[in-house]
Amino acid sequence: MANQDNSHLEEAVLEHQAGTHDQGDHGHDDHDDHHGDKYQSNFITHYIFSQDHKIIARQFLITGMFWAVIGALMSLVFRLQLGFPEESLAWLQPVLGKWIVVNEIGMGTLDPDFYYALVTMHGTILVFFVLTAGLSGTFSNLLIPLQIGARDMASPLLNMLSYWFFFIAGAIMFASLFLSTGPFSGGWTAYPPLSALPQASSGSGAGMTLWLMSMVFFIVSVLLGGINYITTVLNMRTKGMSMWRLPLTIWAFFVTAILGLLSFPVLASASFLLMFDRNLGTSFFLSEIFIGGEALEYAGGSPILYQHLFWFLGHPEVYIIILPAMGIVSEVMSVHARKPVFGYKAMVFSIMAIGFLSFIVWAHHMFMSGVNPFISNIFVIFTLIIAVPSAVKVFNWIATLYGGSIRFYTSMLYSIGFVSMFISGGLTGIFLGNSAIDIQMHDTYFVVAHFHIVMGVAAFFGMFAGIYHWFPRMFGRFMNETLGKIHFWGTLIGAYAVFWPMHYLGLAGVPRRYYSFASFDFAGQFGMMNKFITIAAILTFAFQILFIVNFFYSIYRGRKQTTMNPYGATTLEWTAPIDAGHGNWEGDIPEVHRWAYDYGKDGEDFIAQVTPLGENETESH
Amino acid sequence: MTALVIILTVVLAIVVTVQIGRLSELAAKIRGEQESEADSNKRNAYGMIVFMVLFLLLTIGSSIYYKNSILWYGPHVSASEHGSALDRTFNVTLFFTGIVFVLTQILLFWYAYKYRKQQGKKALFISHDNRLEVIWTAIPAVVMTFLVVSGLDTWNTAMADISPSEVAGKDYIEIEATGMQFAWLLRHPGKDNLLGTRNYQLIDGTNQLGQDWTDEKNLDDIMPDRIVLPVGKKVRVRITSRDVLHNFDLPHFRVKMDAVPGMPTYFVFTPTVTTEQYRKNLGELDKDGEPMYPEWHTPSDPEDPTSAPRWKEFVYELACAELCGNGHYSMRRIVEVVSQEEYDRWLAEQTPYYESSIKKADPVISEEEVITEVEMLTENDAAVTEEVDAGVRN
Repeated sequence: MANQDNSHLEEAVLEHQAGTHDQGDHGHDDHDDHHGDKYQSNFITHYIFSQDHKIIARQFLITGMFWAVIGALMSLVFRLQLGFPEESLAWLQPVLGKWIVVNEIGMGTLDPDFYYALVTMHGTILVFFVLTAGLSGTFSNLLIPLQIGARDMASPLLNMLSYWFFFIAGAIMFASLFLSTGPFSGGWTAYPPLSALPQASSGSGAGMTLWLMSMVFFIVSVLLGGINYITTVLNMRTKGMSMWRLPLTIWAFFVTAILGLLSFPVLASASFLLMFDRNLGTSFFLSEIFIGGEALEYAGGSPILYQHLFWFLGHPEVYIIILPAMGIVSEVMSVHARKPVFGYKAMVFSIMAIGFLSFIVWAHHMFMSGVNPFISNIFVIFTLIIAVPSAVKVFNWIATLYGGSIRFYTSMLYSIGFVSMFISGGLTGIFLGNSAIDIQMHDTYFVVAHFHIVMGVAAFFGMFAGIYHWFPRMFGRFMNETLGKIHFWGTLIGAYAVFWPMHYLGLAGVPRRYYSFASFDFAGQFGMMNKFITIAAILTFAFQILFIVNFFYSIYRGRKQTTMNPYGATTLEWTAPIDAGHGNWEGDIPEVHRWAYDYGKDGEDFIAQVTPLGENETESH
Repeated sequence: MTALVIILTVVLAIVVTVQIGRLSELAAKIRGEQESEADSNKRNAYGMIVFMVLFLLLTIGSSIYYKNSILWYGPHVSASEHGSALDRTFNVTLFFTGIVFVLTQILLFWYAYKYRKQQGKKALFISHDNRLEVIWTAIPAVVMTFLVVSGLDTWNTAMADISPSEVAGKDYIEIEATGMQFAWLLRHPGKDNLLGTRNYQLIDGTNQLGQDWTDEKNLDDIMPDRIVLPVGKKVRVRITSRDVLHNFDLPHFRVKMDAVPGMPTYFVFTPTVTTEQYRKNLGELDKDGEPMYPEWHTPSDPEDPTSAPRWKEFVYELACAELCGNGHYSMRRIVEVVSQEEYDRWLAEQTPYYESSIKKADPVISEEEVITEVEMLTENDAAVTEEVDAGVRN
């Protein structure tokens, strides 16, 4: 059969990579390093400056895991402060140095400046480096080409740059941890004037400069990745892969990339304006400030303008985090329930609806910021409308389970856990999205509970589902299932134990971002609960060590993948050889004849997308 | 030494983990892959049910347990007029979301259990059902519409500014709270019920707010260390900031609003429960003479069992709810709601800030001059005002 590539664009890419079957300049039976790509023949071009989307996916994943561990450890330190404010932290001094202040009697306390730096870095790292780059970066890279039947991304070069810009962003942020004035400490949202004035907080000096630089590099990374994902999905689908035959993972990554492409530039503009205010004396966000014993010259700016710009990114950002997880869960659930995902089209439309609505709800973060209360009316309406497509998705997931034949692989457990978390966290969003209730809830622990459950834990569950499920696709081996299941149950129970009690703190009015609750009677009465949360957090972290050990051990020693399609899945990634090199398929790229969810149809366990429709058979959706 | 112990523990934990993993794989091989897989499938399916039951029991149980320590129930219903409407909106939302929460969690885990892989059972092939989709799009849409409409009604009432007739009738008090790193500066308008103008360029050690002393409205302004308000009277709080963002947070009154440098914000509310009454509610006894809320009957000082019970020591608090730097957690002020008579008495005792702190420090005008000026001011004579201005400038 002749090369079936259906666009000249892809041909161009193939020529560029000079790497496939019909070149005939090398065999396919030699080992990985030379597999199908003569440009990737040495260690550096294969593993470091690789242009193979599968390697880049692994780079994103492992970098994301590195940051997840750093971010989680930071949260444990500040949780110790909140749960056990009277215990000495002197034992942390060898690691944290001067940020632990030890008094004459050997009692070590966490410096408040560093407490706020930890909170800020925890948020920044988890939101951007782990749940954006680590989640969307990993799985968009791994799955888009493999599931749409392309040999690589539209531009492998941009794809490689996307990772390396992310790496630079991470390196800069990491460097900021070692500044003598500490990393930025004004919250991950970096609201000016706190973030604009070095006089306002020690982290707002060099720490903030590095934070902004890191963000700009990160934005470049997201844009390079995003434009690539969109182009690839639109132009490089294999023959027969119409948009309505795409797996839901691809729909989710596709809409995610569009959101990123439209929203991240706005954060870039906010970052640049903030840099101008900091360094060039402009007054975009600053006005009438008296600080450090002097009245500053800034006049006419508005801190609220920054909040608009920030949340114009910030709100789509939470969907950039959760949509890929939703896509992964839909796919994994369908495979392991041996049933088509229920309401495929409704799922796609709800992804689109969520994506669209995410751009017109940003000011629900700003109900109490001093914007005109009338404006809030509009944002309340749109915000609560998002509950409708979200509810549709939840009902469809539950209906997918109905009548299934569920195999409880770890990935499936995590998918079910995801839905549970998404329900719990989504419902509290209905409280917060309603401005009247938000008067009381704004900036309390209720918000902390809400977003950690709905976009922190839930997105992590989606990520875990994806890692356990596609681990063989990445490394040719399986992760250990027993350890995986212990990891799941520990994390499910642990995550609820950490975040559920925070609802009650929030309902009691306890504000978030407090170094100590002792100054206030109404906030200081929950000592036991804070201890409980801290202990739960430490235990939950211990279960993550289980995952990390399992992950790295399985890369080298895990059970080997012996069959090409171990789960009996319909999608294209399982039609490529186990040790597929750059270019993915030996021989022709596969042709698609049906949608991605023919499980249990006509008495068959599954019918792969590459199987032609039978006579008299109609497509199922 | 500690480091060594930690490293050893971690290494040990890793070794144990790896061994569990290897053992489980070995056991599976011995017993046969399929059989052990079926077993594990069953175990996890039961796990789903056990988790569901425990999870629902614990969430609902803990909600009931914490009911009286959260700010919406028991003794903690709102102490302000608009706050009751907020509490109602909260409860309506809790009702709907509670139903959905319980139903969907049950369905999710129940289906997961019920449709576990079993020998001889095949999965159904159901790809979609448009009628179901319409139903479960429409129902949330209707519920959301209801929540939006009732929520916005509450919101617009709560956020309404002083009406023109109230302004004309002067039937409200306007106070001011200014956030700075790290304290709230409070200002009461004094006898004229008008806050004087400010200019941030005038801020210095004694003139913390940058009050413009050529504006006579400033001369009777009071800078108290706490907010004192008469019960049942509308209060308009003018919220400003000197440096970074802060947030004026009165949790018991359901009041929260950012303090923004360069742009005053406002929150209007009417306190309905005096501090005294709130204390009584907390210390209330039931029919049998037992405390309704026993946790409020413990000594206020845990070290001293003879100290007054907690309910007697209760105070309303003002906090900061917008990250403002390393002292964010410590911006506490006390709020007292008292009867109108007590309020009047308190107000009469206060000395205007200008009198107590500025006048003496200002050598330009003599004490006598100021007294006469203030007397003349109260007569509100425009011509005199000009003279005073001139005097201050001299």
